[in-house]
Amino acid sequence: MNPSETNESFHGSVGVVQTNVVTFESFTLEGGETITPLEIAYETYGTLNEKKDNAILICHALSGDAHAAGFHEGDKRPGWWDYYIGPGKAFDTNRYFIISSNVIGGCKGSSGPLSTNGKTGKPFQSTFPFVSIGDMVNAQEKLIRHFGIHKLFAVAGGSMGGMQALQWSVAYPDRLKNCIVMASSSEHSAQQIAFNEVGRQAILSDPNWNQGLYTQDKRPSKGLALARMMGHITYLSDEMMREKFGRKPPKGNIQSTDFAVGSYLIYQGESFVDRFDANSYIYVTKALDHFSLGTGKELTKVLSKVRCRFLVIAYTSDWLYPPYQSEEIVKSLEVNAVPVSFIELNNPAGHDSFLLPSEEQDSILRDFLSATDDGGFF
Amino acid sequence: MNIHTNEAFGLDLKNRPDISYIANLVKPGERVLDLGCGYGELMLILKNKGVRVQGIEKDDKCIIQCVKKSLYVHHGDIDDGLKHHLDHSFDFVILNQTIQQTLNPGEIIKECLRIGKQVIIVFPNFSHWQIRTSILLSGKTPVTDLMPFHWYDTPNLHYLSGKDFEDFCDFERIKILHRAFFNRTRQIKLFPNLFATLALFVIRA
Repeated sequence: MNPSETNESFHGSVGVVQTNVVTFESFTLEGGETITPLEIAYETYGTLNEKKDNAILICHALSGDAHAAGFHEGDKRPGWWDYYIGPGKAFDTNRYFIISSNVIGGCKGSSGPLSTNGKTGKPFQSTFPFVSIGDMVNAQEKLIRHFGIHKLFAVAGGSMGGMQALQWSVAYPDRLKNCIVMASSSEHSAQQIAFNEVGRQAILSDPNWNQGLYTQDKRPSKGLALARMMGHITYLSDEMMREKFGRKPPKGNIQSTDFAVGSYLIYQGESFVDRFDANSYIYVTKALDHFSLGTGKELTKVLSKVRCRFLVIAYTSDWLYPPYQSEEIVKSLEVNAVPVSFIELNNPAGHDSFLLPSEEQDSILRDFLSATDDGGFF
Repeated sequence: MNIHTNEAFGLDLKNRPDISYIANLVKPGERVLDLGCGYGELMLILKNKGVRVQGIEKDDKCIIQCVKKSLYVHHGDIDDGLKHHLDHSFDFVILNQTIQQTLNPGEIIKECLRIGKQVIIVFPNFSHWQIRTSILLSGKTPVTDLMPFHWYDTPNLHYLSGKDFEDFCDFERIKILHRAFFNRTRQIKLFPNLFATLALFVIRA
C-alpha cells in the first residue's frame, strides 16, 4: 500500500480502533440456563452526547464481529461496514454514537463455545447452551444499559443483523426510535434452513468433529470450509458470479478445481476457517433457523408491539433472503399503522448487497436517520 | 416515468387548486393512503397538516425522494400491494392521477373502497375541448400539457372523462360524495366535462 492509497482509504474513516470487552456477572438465557460470567466484545465510534440520545446499535450478520468500522492497528482492511460508518457517512460518527457488538454464541470475543466454563476450567465447546436471536439482543441490551443509554436512536443491521434489529423492536419497543432491517426476514423459510443444514452437516461429517469436543490443533476445518463455501454461493447472485468468474480457469496452483469460481470458493472456505469456530457456526446458524416472529397474521400480532419508525431494504438479486420476506415484514407493520418505508434496491450483488457501496443505499440510510419525525403515527 | 413531477406540469404544486381541494378534505390526525404517490408532494402537504399519511410507489427514485422528505412509502405495485390492508383502515385512500396508469382500474377502485372509508380519485379529463378538437382536426392521438406523452411512451393505459366515471359509479352503485373539476389554475364549474383538464371525485362504497 503506497501513502496515497493509505490517505484515500482513511478518508471519512473513524481511524484506528480497538475491540473492547465488558464483563457482566451473569446472564440468563431464554432457555433458562445461566452464563457466568457474560462477556460482550464491542467497539464504539463517535461520541455519546450528554442526553445519551444519539446512540445507534449496529448488528452484524452471520460471520461478522464487533469490528464494523475503522482499522485495527496494522490492518490494511477496515471493519465490515466501513462504507457506511464514519465521519460524514450514512451512519455519521460526527452526529451519532455508534455501538457495534459481537453476538453471544459467536467466537469473536463475546461469550460463546470458545469461552471458558468456570466449573470445569475448560472451553465450553459444544456444551455451551443454545443461544437464540432473543438472547443475542438481551445481551446487547445489557451493553446498552452499561453505557447508561435508555433509548437507542436506532438499531440497524442486515441479514442476521436485521433479525436482531427486528427482535429489538418487539422485545424493547420503548427502547429504540428507529429500526433499520436490511436483506432480512421475520423467520427462515425451509430453503434457508436447508442451506444452513447442509453447512452444519458438512461440519458434523468432518473426521475431526468429535461431537464438537475437538482440539484446536485438530479442528473440523474441512467441514467448516465446506459450510462456508455453501454459504458463500448463497450470498452472491447469478449475475455477479457470471461477471466475476464466468467459466474462467482457476488462478495459481489449485489442483482440485477447474474453474475460477471454484478456487474463489475454496479460498473463501479456507480463510474462514482461520477466523471462525465450527461450534460457533453451528450455534449461530441454529439461532437463525429457530428465530421466528411468524408470517402473515401471526407476524402482524407480534409486530403490534412496535413503537418505532422502520426502514426496510431488500435487494432484487438477493435469492437467499428474497424481497418477499422483507415485504412480509413491511405489510405486517403497515397493518399495525407503524410508519415504515420499504425499498427494493436493484443492486446486482445478491444478498451481500447491503455490505457493498451503493449511492442509493447511502442516501436512503442517511435521509431516513436525518428525518426523525414520526409523522404523528405514535 | 412519473407524471407527478413538477417538470411534467411546470407548476408550483402548492398553488394547484386540486391539491388544495384534497388538503381541505382531510383533517389532521386522519389516516391516508396515497396510491402512486410519486415524489410525495401531496403527502408532504398532508403530513405538514398533521395527517398520518403513507404511500405506495413503484419507482425507486421516487421512494428515495420521499424518504428525504420524511415520508413513509412502500415500494411496490398497486395492482398487487393492497390485499393486506384491513377493511376501512384508512380515512381516505387517494388515487391522484394514478388510476389511468393501473392495469385494472375497476378492481383497484373496489379495493380502495374496501380499505378506505372514502376514496379521492383524480384523473385527467379526456373529454376536455382541446383533446376533442385535436382528435377531430388532426385525426391523431392527442398530446396535451396534461397528457404530454405519445401513444408509444405513455404511462397512461386508460383514458376516461368525468362522464365515464359517473357512469361507472352508477353501474357499480358507488356513492359519489363530492365532485370537482379543475384546470391549471382554478376550479371549473361551468360545463366542466368540456373545460376541465382534471376531474376529482370523492366516493364511498
